[in-house]
This record gives sequence, structure tokens and C-alpha cells, in this order.
Amino acid sequence: MKHSISFTINGEKVHLEVEPHKTLLNMIREDLNLTGAKEGCGAGECGSCTVIVDGKAVNSCMMLAVEADGKEIITVEGLAKNGVLDALQESFINNAALQCGYCTPGMLMSAKALLMRNPKPSEEEIKEAIAGNLCRCTGYKVIVDAIKEAAEKNN
Amino acid sequence: MYKYVGKDVKRVDGLDKVTGYTKYVDDIKMPGMLYAKIKKSPYAHAKIRKIDTSKAEALEGVKAVITGADVPNRVGLYLEDKTFLATDKVRFIGEPVAAVAAVTPEIAEQAVELIEVEYEELPSVFTAMDAIKPDAPLVHENLGEYYHGPIFFPKPGTNISNHYKIRKGDVEKGFAEADYIMENEFYVPHIQHAPIENHSVIALTEPSGKVTVWSACQSPYAVRKALSVAFNLPLHKVRVISPAVGGGFGGKAGTTLEGITIPLSQKCVGKPVKLTFTREEDMICSFVRQGCLARIKTGVKKDGRIVAEENTFYWEGGAYTEYGVNISRAGGYASTGPYDIPNVKADSYCVYTNQPVGGPYRGFGMSEIHFAIEQNLDMVATQMGMDPVEFRKINAIKEGGHTVTGQQLYNVGITKCIEAVEKDIEWGKKSEPSGPNKVRGKGIACMYKAPSMPNNVASSAVIKINEDGTANLLVTAMDIGQGSNTVLAQIAAEELTIPVEKISVVTGDTDITPYEWQTVASRITYCAGNAVKKAAQDAKEQMLKLASIALGLPAEYLEFKDEHVVSKIYPDRKISIASLALGLEMPDGSGVHGPIIGRGSFIPPNVRNTDKETGQGDKPVAFWTFGAQAVEIEIDTETGQIEVIKVAAAYDVGKAINPQLCKAQIEGGIVQGIGSALLEQQIMDKGRVLNPNFVDYKIPAVSDAPEMIVRIVEVPEETGPYGARGVGEPAMVPTAPAIANAVYDALGIRINSLPLSAEKVLKAIKDSQK
Repeated sequence: MKHSISFTINGEKVHLEVEPHKTLLNMIREDLNLTGAKEGCGAGECGSCTVIVDGKAVNSCMMLAVEADGKEIITVEGLAKNGVLDALQESFINNAALQCGYCTPGMLMSAKALLMRNPKPSEEEIKEAIAGNLCRCTGYKVIVDAIKEAAEKNN
Repeated sequence: MYKYVGKDVKRVDGLDKVTGYTKYVDDIKMPGMLYAKIKKSPYAHAKIRKIDTSKAEALEGVKAVITGADVPNRVGLYLEDKTFLATDKVRFIGEPVAAVAAVTPEIAEQAVELIEVEYEELPSVFTAMDAIKPDAPLVHENLGEYYHGPIFFPKPGTNISNHYKIRKGDVEKGFAEADYIMENEFYVPHIQHAPIENHSVIALTEPSGKVTVWSACQSPYAVRKALSVAFNLPLHKVRVISPAVGGGFGGKAGTTLEGITIPLSQKCVGKPVKLTFTREEDMICSFVRQGCLARIKTGVKKDGRIVAEENTFYWEGGAYTEYGVNISRAGGYASTGPYDIPNVKADSYCVYTNQPVGGPYRGFGMSEIHFAIEQNLDMVATQMGMDPVEFRKINAIKEGGHTVTGQQLYNVGITKCIEAVEKDIEWGKKSEPSGPNKVRGKGIACMYKAPSMPNNVASSAVIKINEDGTANLLVTAMDIGQGSNTVLAQIAAEELTIPVEKISVVTGDTDITPYEWQTVASRITYCAGNAVKKAAQDAKEQMLKLASIALGLPAEYLEFKDEHVVSKIYPDRKISIASLALGLEMPDGSGVHGPIIGRGSFIPPNVRNTDKETGQGDKPVAFWTFGAQAVEIEIDTETGQIEVIKVAAAYDVGKAINPQLCKAQIEGGIVQGIGSALLEQQIMDKGRVLNPNFVDYKIPAVSDAPEMIVRIVEVPEETGPYGARGVGEPAMVPTAPAIANAVYDALGIRINSLPLSAEKVLKAIKDSQK
């Protein structure tokens, strides 16, 4: 039996019928064709599926789609506004804070959730915010630098 | 000087990646797409007696089921020893034996459960040392019948699929002259590439029989060749597209899932079939870095000169070594590390075991052998009472020095690298631990690496000049994260004087982009870079001729400047690249030449075979990259936990085309090296991988990243574009041995195997107190 749910994603209202066992990640990718969020492990271990739900970074592979009912979701596709990149997106490019790019959407969303609740994070808080986001390419230093740079622009 | 080369040009793929727009294979959805799943072997070694697929085929929604009978042709890059599905027997736990395509992944999964396979278990081997015993069960009884490249030496009737030998000088005489002789043994376990993107492939068979695959792959042309052999298809009927690669590290070189999705798609013509591995499958069923047991015997004079070395490497190659044989070869021809040793005997054995398949992994054998070489060097230095840095400086290859194959080297930057890290890590200065029960130590390790590739591998590039003065650069060098699209665009920009933002890079489609052997071996900046440079020069020559006519000046008086061909003498006499792009319009309205298309081809010059018996040769590789890393660590003596505080790295890259991306590569390599040093190991019980997930197989997270100081040394490589060498793989090679050497510095304890996990370190501390 499918469930009828309504939610906001990247500022748009959406109504969907979803299977009870469908994950939020699968709904976003398959039903909404927003493929920025990735599946790296399907078990909440790598963070590449991170999206923002009601202001909090969540592993969308660990949340059921039905739980999205009434929620406000932001995915990486919703970061840039009217063709203008978010400060984080700019700073990721400037700092070469991405290589293969596969973890990048999840990394950006964890960072965005942090800056939404804490515009002036310390280095430790930045590291804590992306502790669950695995990156195999960069060695992380440039990612931390990029988030710091974006935070400074915020202030 | 240069306008685009040597500059921190921002990644040309950055915008698509930060907006989530980049489409990786698993992001691609096609109408009518089917989903595949594989049936895997539960046995490490067993005969397949019978496979019954009837129940699976009867399940509603199932469109195709295949078994080994559907893919009988053996394939392999260097040794044709594998089939895409097991045929007569299975050789490791997790080996695919059958596959299903169905309308949903769930139905495919159900169908796989319904496939019944009858096995007859066979005796297995799980270590190289067991596998080389005379009475060991054979993993491949028919090794003698397998086709292989001429540079490999399998031993039919054994589990040894390659024996590479080095015989340089007179090793017995060298040991006789030595004042001290020491022997040590080291072991490096299997590890996983763990790119964040799991392997994914879509295959589509057209009514004409033409097959297209969209594959997360590093090497579309090498894959096309293997698929053509596997499926008896001519090359023009196989199209390999690599849309984007979410991390490779070697794991996506060679063929992966294409050989399973193609036969499924051949049974459902017109319907694309997608197979995406789960993380667990990726960890078990895709390439792993093979284990390696290394024995080193060193003869050294009182003054610190190493005069003889006898090295033996046993590679645990796993069930198939189609790729692994070349890793053992690379281990052989680099067997002493970046040191000039006159007398060397080295034997590098690639050995079949009933374990996951060993394959290329960032470093291609160098991380494994340098873990042994660089710790051994410290152990010898300690015995001699010498400082490890001084000992390395004495033995490092100097200008005009020789490698183990007898190759004479010039433009060698290793000493500069050692000096750089010595300074940056403040060698010899002890810093205070952060608390009680903590001790600190420093360690150093060096490395060298050459691209491990057949002598005559080719690269090519095409540059199309557009009528508005922009350009399209077509290559099959794949940007797997290393930044090749940006670097190659910079090279084209430099030659053409067209800004990077006016150059669009098109990659990875064997029907469209020109030949590239593989994106592996840290060879792309060098090989593809040379091809791009030549393509740009070819386009320029064509435009020069036309400009000469247009301006009425001889070509030798013309040069390219800011998107124009300009007179060297009268700078106001010039013609734009844009106006030459489609040929030259003559005063009478007629035209000449037509569109400007630059072609560039490259093969590394004069790379030759080595002698079969001695491994000696004057140029067995295109170039060598040298580097050094020094680390400072802190160990908690109550928990055994190692924290890497600081890493200083220096690499002689010849010329950093993009210093920012070059440093980013090195930083990434350091942290991957820390993973292999402290965390990573495929834990196996009789061939069964016990930790196929990121909870039990940890890769470094942000908290594991240390402070990093990266120095770029630039001693130009004369055959490289602008002097450039590769650095992608070298970046992780010295990290693990440098940390192991720092452990000794901190504790006085030598740990000869990886990983240096907290429990292993704690046990070593406790054992030392007994």
C-alpha cells in the first residue's frame, strides 16, 4: 500500500504516493530525478547521500520517504539560488576541495546545515559536522579550508 | 614565461560537481531500463557441477539469466586468465557465477535467490607461501594454455603466474665485500580501493549487434579491446562511454561489470541493463590491492654504502592475476627503491590464491615494496648507528646513477626531496607529547615510481578550432578526480593562446574521442599531455600557413599571441584564430584549406624490453618520479592509538602544470596512505572477507587528516610536457613506512606488518615489556 505524502523540496511543494519501505534517498533520486545525492553504502556509513531536512543534515539512505511528510528538504540542487552559487559552492571550487566529486554533494549539505545553525563555526565544529562524510580523494584539509572560507564570507 | 601552465587554474569540472549536475553512471536512467544482480560463489574453491536457472527464469519480470556458458572466452589485460562469470569452477568467495536482468532490482534479487548451483568443494590456498608449495592445490590447472604478454613469465603447473627476475652485478661478490649483512621480512595485507562511488555499468545491445556500455571506467579503450575479445565483436561494434568516475585509484582500470551486463543485454536487445554493485559487493567482488610478503637481505659497508641487496617479493594475487602479473613486474624492476645499489638479485613472484582478485591500486606495487624497503633501510641504519636521513642521502640515486635495471638516470630530484622534508619536519628535534602516557616520534621514507605500462602504449588528442575562436579538446584521458581535464585544457590553452574558459574538454567515448591506452600509472599529464601539446602544435602549423598567406609574411616571422597570429616584427599585423578556424577566405571570395583540426599522437620515446634472465635494460620505463615524506606521530601507550600529527611531503614532479591541483593530489595521497598505514585491512577467514563495509573497514575520516606541508620540486623531465612527470600514485607510497619508522623512533619497537592498528601497537608495547 502506498502512502500519500506532501513536503517541500528546494522550495517547491511536492505531493507523492510512496511505498512504505522506500528510502528518502530513493525517492529523491528515482521519483524526483534529483541525482545529486548519491548512494555510497546504503547504510549511513559514508554520508554521500546527505540532504538537509528541517535544517538538519541527514543520511537520506537511512530515512524513509514517508517520514518526509510535512518536512522541508534541501538537496544540493537547491543550494544555488537563481544561478548564483552558494558561498560554499564557490569556496569548494576556489580551494580545489573536490576531486572526483562523488562525495561533494553530501559534503556540501553537511557543511550547509552547519552554517545554517552556526554561521561562525570553529575548526573543531567544522570537523565534527563532516565527520560522517567520507572522501577518498582530497585528504580533507582543503574541504575544511573551503568551509572556513565560506563561513568567513557569511560574517 | 607561461600564461596558463604553472598556474592555479580552477577546476573546469568544478561547477558541475558542486551543483550536483555531474551524471555518474548510476545517476543515468533510460527508458525501459532493466536491473541486474549477480549470484556469487559461497566457496573459495569448488567445481561447479550444475547450475539450474529454471526457477529464476520463470519468475515474472525476469528478462534474462546468464551463466558462465554465456561468456566462455577468457580475457585479461596482461594474462588472459579470467572469464566474466565462473565457468568450470569458482576460485574465490564472491566470484560471480550467474546473473539476472529484471524489470526491478527487487525482482532481480529474488531471481538470484532462485538460481540453484551445485558445487563440489576443492582444497584451497590462502597465502602465497602455501600456494608455492609443490603439493599446493592449483588455482589454475591450465595456466600453460593462457595467452599472455611477452614480458610475463608464468610457470605452468604451479600457482606462480609471473616470475620477474633482476640480476644486476654480482650479488655474491657484493655480500662478500659487505661489512654487515642483515635480513628482514615484512608483510602488507589486502586492502580495498574504496572509492565512494561503487562500480556501475549500463549495457545496451542494438539490433545490429552493436553494444554500447556506459561504465564508470578509467580506461575506455582498454576495456573496449577486452570486451571485443570476450564477445567476439569487432572493435567498431563496441562503444565504451565513461560519463564520470567517482573515484578510481586503479579499481576502475580494466574491465569490471561490463562483461556481465553485455551478455544480459544481448538477450534483451534494445533494453539497457544496469548493474550497480552494493558496497559489500564492491569490497569483495571488485579488484583489491594484493597482499605482499617481502624479504630483504642487505649488505652494507662501514661507510654506509649499500653494496648488495637480495629481495624477494611474494604477491598474493588472488583468484585471477590478469592485471596482477604486471604489479609483480613493477615490484621487480623497482625492487630496491630509489637507491643506487651495484649488486642486486631480486625475484618477484605473482602467486594465485583463493582470495579476492588483486588488481591495480594507486602505487601499483610501490606502496607494498616501499613499506619493506624503507623500513629495512631504517633498520640497517639503526644497526650501523647512522642517522636514517644521512643513510638515505648516501645511497639515493644521484645524477648519472643507476637503477636496478642498469638504467642510467639524469635530472634526479630525490636528494632535494629528502632535504625539503628534513627541514619541514624539523628532523632531529624532539617535540613534547601532549600529555602523560603519550610518546612522540619522527620517521622518514622515500620512494620512486615509474608508469608501469607496456613500452609502446599510445595516446592521442584532437583539437577542433571553432569559428568563434573557441576550441574543443577531445581526449580519452579520464578525469577521475585527479584534474586531468583542467591540466590538459591548460596545456592546450598555453600552446594555442586561447584562454582555458574558451576550451571545452570532451572525454571518454570510444566512438568519438581519440585513442588513449588507459588512465592509470600516473601517466596522463605526461602521455596525454604530450599528445595534447602535439595536437595544438599541429593546429597551429595549419593556421600559420594560412596566416602567412593572409598577412603576406613568411611563417617564421609569425607567432601566436592572445588568440591571434601576430607578426613578430609588426605587432599590428595580425589575424585572429577565429577567422582562420574554417580555413582562409581569399580576397576573391574563394576559400582554402577548410576547418582547422589539430591531431596529436604520442608514445613514450625509446622505452625498450629488459633482458628476460637479468631484468637489465637501459630504458624499461618512460620516466621515474621521486619523492620523500617525513612524519611526526604521537602514540598513546595506554591504547596503542597512533595519531599522525604532521606530514611533510616533497615530490619532484618536473613541472606542476597546476600547482594547486598537484598539491591537492599529494594531500589526498598522504591521507589514503595514512588509511593503509593505520586502519585498513581486508580481514579474511579462509578466503571470506569479514569486513566488507565502512563500519568494519574504516577509511580515513576528517579527524584522521594531519597537518600537511607539501613541497613541489621541479627538476624537469626532458620528455615531459613542459618538463612534467606524474605524481598521483607516488603521493601515497612513502606514508606507511614513514609512520612505521616513526613508531620505532617513538617506542624503539619495530612492527613489520600493516596496518599499525591500535591493538597491534598496544600488543607490541606489552610484548616489549615482558
